[in-house]
Amino acid sequence: MATIFGIPSMALFGQLLIGLINGSFYALLSLGLAVIFGMLNIINFAHGALYMLGAVTAYLLLNYLGIGYWPALIIAPIVVGALGIVIERLFLQWLYKLDHLYGLLLTFGLALILEGVARNYLGTAGLPYSLPDLLQGGHNLGFMYLPNYRAWVIAVSLVVCFGTWFAIERTRLGAYLRAATENPTLVRAFGINVPRMVTLTYGFGVALAAFAGVMAAPIYNVSPNMGSELIIVVFAVVVIGGMGSILGAIFSGFGLGVVEGLTKVFYPEASSTVIFVVMAIVLLVRPGGLFGRRA
Amino acid sequence: MQRPADPPAGLAFALGTQSQTIAFVVLAIALVAAPFITYPLFLMEFMCFALFALAFNLLIGYVGLLSFGHALYFGWASYLSAYAAKSWGLSPELSILVGTATAAVLGAIAGSLAIRRQGIYFAMITLALAQMMYFVALRARFTGGEDGIQSVPRGHLFGVVNLSNDMAMYFLVLAIFVGTFLFIHRIIHSPFGEVLKAIRENEVRAVSLGYKVDRYKLMAFVLSATIAGLAGATKALVVQIASLTDVYWPMSGEVVLMTLVGGLGTVFGPIVGSFVILSMQYKLAWMGQWVLVIQGVIFVTCVMLFRRGLVGELAHRLRIRL
Repeated sequence: MATIFGIPSMALFGQLLIGLINGSFYALLSLGLAVIFGMLNIINFAHGALYMLGAVTAYLLLNYLGIGYWPALIIAPIVVGALGIVIERLFLQWLYKLDHLYGLLLTFGLALILEGVARNYLGTAGLPYSLPDLLQGGHNLGFMYLPNYRAWVIAVSLVVCFGTWFAIERTRLGAYLRAATENPTLVRAFGINVPRMVTLTYGFGVALAAFAGVMAAPIYNVSPNMGSELIIVVFAVVVIGGMGSILGAIFSGFGLGVVEGLTKVFYPEASSTVIFVVMAIVLLVRPGGLFGRRA
Repeated sequence: MQRPADPPAGLAFALGTQSQTIAFVVLAIALVAAPFITYPLFLMEFMCFALFALAFNLLIGYVGLLSFGHALYFGWASYLSAYAAKSWGLSPELSILVGTATAAVLGAIAGSLAIRRQGIYFAMITLALAQMMYFVALRARFTGGEDGIQSVPRGHLFGVVNLSNDMAMYFLVLAIFVGTFLFIHRIIHSPFGEVLKAIRENEVRAVSLGYKVDRYKLMAFVLSATIAGLAGATKALVVQIASLTDVYWPMSGEVVLMTLVGGLGTVFGPIVGSFVILSMQYKLAWMGQWVLVIQGVIFVTCVMLFRRGLVGELAHRLRIRL
C-alpha cells in the first residue's frame, strides 16, 4: 500500500475527507454567525442549538410524519428560520441599543432552553438518522474510498457558502444589506425597510444553521448536545478568520477542518485541541484575525 | 453610576459606604449563625460559588470584560488542589495554595491572549481557551478522566485542626470568604480600581491619559482568575471531589448566571445570585434536565426585563449602593 510520510495514503486521505466534512459545517456555521453579526451586532450563541434543532426537526419529520431527507432539507430550515424570526421580533430587537454582551447572554439562555427541552424528550444519547437511498454507497477512487453522502455534503456546502457570498457581495439585495450594516439610518432614509431586513437576515442565518443540521444528521447522529460542542469550536474559527469578511469565514472553516483532520493522522492526542491552539497562535501573530479588519 | 463617597477613616474606609457596611455586617452575622441552623455543607458550597461569582464580577462589573471561560480557573484549581491533597499528601492550606497558584498562571496565559481583542471577541476567546483546557483535563491522566479525583482528604489545617469535622471546615471557608471579600472591596476602592473603572467607562480616554490599559486589564484578569481558583481549590476540599463538571462550559455559564441574577457590577449581587441559583439547583434537583431549561428562562428573563439583577434593583429602589 502506498504511504505518505510513513502514513498509509488511505488513512491520510480518509482523515482529510473527514476534515473537509467537519470543515463544511464550520464554514456553514461561521458564515451564519458572520452574516448575523454584520447586521445585528449580536453573537448568536444559540447558533449551535438551532443547528441541533435542524437535525432534530429532520429526525421528527422522518419518524412521526414519514417525511424523508430531501423534503426535510427544505422544511427544517424554513421551520427553524421561522422560529428565528420569532426570536428576533420577540427578544433581539429590543437589545440592539444595549451593550453587545446582552445579546450573547440572551442567546446563551435560549441555547440552554432549546438544549434542555431536546434532552428531556430525546435523551442524551445520539439517535440514528439513515442515509437517503440515493446517496448510499460510494466510489473507489483508487487512492481512497469516497462515500457518496460525504461527497454530497462537501459539494453542497461549497455551493451554499459561495452562493451566500455571491448574494451578499454581488447582488442588489446584498448591496442594501452591506449599506445597512455601514449606516442603517441613511439606508432607511432611502426608503428601505431596514428593521425587516434585519429580521430576515437573522431568519436566514438561523435557517443556514438548520440546513447544516439536517446535513449533519446522517453523519453524526442526532443528539441534543451536538450543537453546543460545535459552536465553541466555531467561535474559535470565527476568532481566527475574523468576522469582517464572508470569504474569510468560508476559507477558515474549511481550512481548519482540514488542519484538524491532518492532526488526527499525525498526532491524534491533539486533534480536539488543535483549532484552539491555532487560535492562540493567530492571536499572538495577527491579533486582528487572518481576514479580519481590525475590530 | 454614582461616585463613591469620600473615603472616611477606619472600618468604613475598608467597606465603602454606610449601606454597604450594614449589609456586610448583616451578611457576616448570618454566616456565623447559619451553620447552626442549616446544612454546613450547602453553606460551604455556597460560599465557594459566591467567591467564584465575585471573581467573575470583578472583571465584568469593574473592567467591563465578559469572560465566558471562568470554569477554566475554577476547575483546574480544584483539580490541582485535590491532586495535591490526595496524591502528594500536602496539608490543606498548601493544597489550596497550589490550586490557586495554578489558576493564577493559567489566568496570566489566557488573559494575555484574550486581551488582544475587544468586546464580543474577548468572550469568545475566553470560552474557546476554556474548552481547550477542558479537553486537556479529559485526556490528562492525573485528572482521572470521567471519574475525576474522588475521596480527597481534607487533612489537618496547619497540622493541628482536623478539617474532617464539618464545623472546623466551615469556619475555614468562612475565613477565606470574608477575607477575600474584603480584599476585593479594597481593590475596587483603590487607585488601581479607579483606573479599571475608567477603562470600563472609556478605554480610549484612559489610553490618551497615559494609562497602559492592556497592563491594567491583564492584572485585573489574573486577579479574577486567581480568586476563581481560590474558590475552586477550596471547593475541592469541601466536597472532596474534583470532576469534569467544574471545567466544562456550563460551569462558565453558571457563574455568569449567578452574577446576572444578583446584579452585574454590584458588591453583594454575586453573593445573593449564587445563593439563589445554588438553592434552586438543590430544590429542583428532582426535575433533572428541566433545571437547564429553567436556567435558560432565568437568563432570558434577566436580560429582557431585569438587567439590574436582584441587588441592583433593590439598591435602585432604595437609592443606596449595595
